[in-house]
Amino acid sequence: MTIHRRAVLAGVGGGVAAALAGCLALDDGDDTERPALSGETLRLTTTTSTYDTGLLDDLNAPFEARYGVTVETVGLGTAAALETARSGDADVVLVHARSLEDEFLREGYGVNRRDLMFNDFVIVGDPDDPAGVGATEDALEAFERIADAEATFVSRGDNSGTHTKELEIWAATAVGDERGEWYREAGDGMGMILNQANQSGGYTLSDRGTYLSMRETLDLEILLEGPIEDGPDRLANPYGIVAVNPAVYDHVEYDLAMAYIGYLTGPEGHDRIESYTANGEQLFFPEALSADPNFEQYVPADWSRAGND
Amino acid sequence: MTLETAILASSFVEFPFEWHYVRSIVRVSLYVSLVAVALSTLFSLPLALAIGFSEFRGKRLVTAVINTGMGFPSVVVGLVVLFAVSNQGPLGPLNLVFTPEAMILSQFVLAAPVVTGVSLAAVSGVDRRVRDAAYAMGGTRLDVALVVIKEARYGIATAILAGFGRAVSEVGSVLIVGGNIASADGTSYTRTLTTAIQLEARQGRFETAMLLGAILVALVLVVNAIVIRLGGTGGRYR
Repeated sequence: MTIHRRAVLAGVGGGVAAALAGCLALDDGDDTERPALSGETLRLTTTTSTYDTGLLDDLNAPFEARYGVTVETVGLGTAAALETARSGDADVVLVHARSLEDEFLREGYGVNRRDLMFNDFVIVGDPDDPAGVGATEDALEAFERIADAEATFVSRGDNSGTHTKELEIWAATAVGDERGEWYREAGDGMGMILNQANQSGGYTLSDRGTYLSMRETLDLEILLEGPIEDGPDRLANPYGIVAVNPAVYDHVEYDLAMAYIGYLTGPEGHDRIESYTANGEQLFFPEALSADPNFEQYVPADWSRAGND
Repeated sequence: MTLETAILASSFVEFPFEWHYVRSIVRVSLYVSLVAVALSTLFSLPLALAIGFSEFRGKRLVTAVINTGMGFPSVVVGLVVLFAVSNQGPLGPLNLVFTPEAMILSQFVLAAPVVTGVSLAAVSGVDRRVRDAAYAMGGTRLDVALVVIKEARYGIATAILAGFGRAVSEVGSVLIVGGNIASADGTSYTRTLTTAIQLEARQGRFETAMLLGAILVALVLVVNAIVIRLGGTGGRYR
């Protein structure tokens, strides 16, 4: 694959003037050399929080080898990942904001949603903890303490799954939308936000995976654990995977998307997710394999036949 | 090879920072930027000559528009190109979104005004008498153009270098239209040096980001040296 791509690049580099046309033609050449199914490309849009942990590289390599395909992973915020799929520019979406996923399903763009895995959110901050977040066991109270102390809080501000969760928590607190200058919307990926919080001695809400994978470079500590370490359920962080509806976009690689979903939600995906660690700690907990039926994963969270009629 | 050893020996090597990874990123960066600049040059040089040679109403306006294009924000270009190549856009059927070719397109849009603008200045700076002399000696339009290109070659080389510098160092548009994709085995598909630096910085691997930055600067230096060297050789044999 690598050698082949290099050949493609070399060939195109030679014909500079005809580069665009040339490369498209060479792509066609790719297909004729391989069996019909393989050689296809699956495009996955996903969140920065899964992307930055490196989990997807670990998951994708065996899938690519088994089917002889290429998985192109684009790491975006959850909203952007779904929006890209809405434009028909992705085949499958792996995100973590159930409300946004449900909207995507209701609009008809997504089909066959599955629960894939979960981890949790944690509130991290400077070990000194000026707002006293470490003294509470409640996520709402933790946020209120930060607001009362007017301690720096760095927000994703990018419509990502983490940002969606953060806003849900603020909305449930007494603080609401009344947030002052101590509240900073940085508009960047999780890793960058952790760096900013680290630099400014502030607090932030992070998914456990990204925090753990970066912990060595940070001074930040977990001040309020999520449900994995017996913290409040409000900080749960479930990930879902959805195929793009081939009835809306007939060019999407639907077969391949379903093969991918099958692989991730099957025993091999389960084992790989379960055994994936960073700095010696498990980042994600697979929940797709279950003998007990969980029908809620296939439909929007508040869906019911009566409500739909 | 020494660079490779140095990188591998350094203590902060972490996945996905491997030599194979870096090499493929450099390859994509060079491929995208060089092709974009080559296409820009093919497009811009005739345009600059045409504008430079002719007198017409609104010439100053055209020049002003080109000069404005030189400072066009790359994220805006990226956004516009994304809309164009997205499945729902006018170029949707070509399936260009998140490909190196889409990145070439956006870098072409970014580099072309720079190459045009700087070349135009260089061409306009060629003494009128040189052109007149070429005409007087019975030269065709092509002959005259070649004479002017020869006279203005340093300026044109500068234009191409400026276009290359703009293309290879911008991060906004290639991130949006390319998607910063690398495969699971660490082979870059649409990941360039700049988007890789952005990714490494986002993940807090600042040393790796700095190293990639050093490679980028070195790369620009090498390309500049090569072009200046070629220009110098041309001068010697005149």
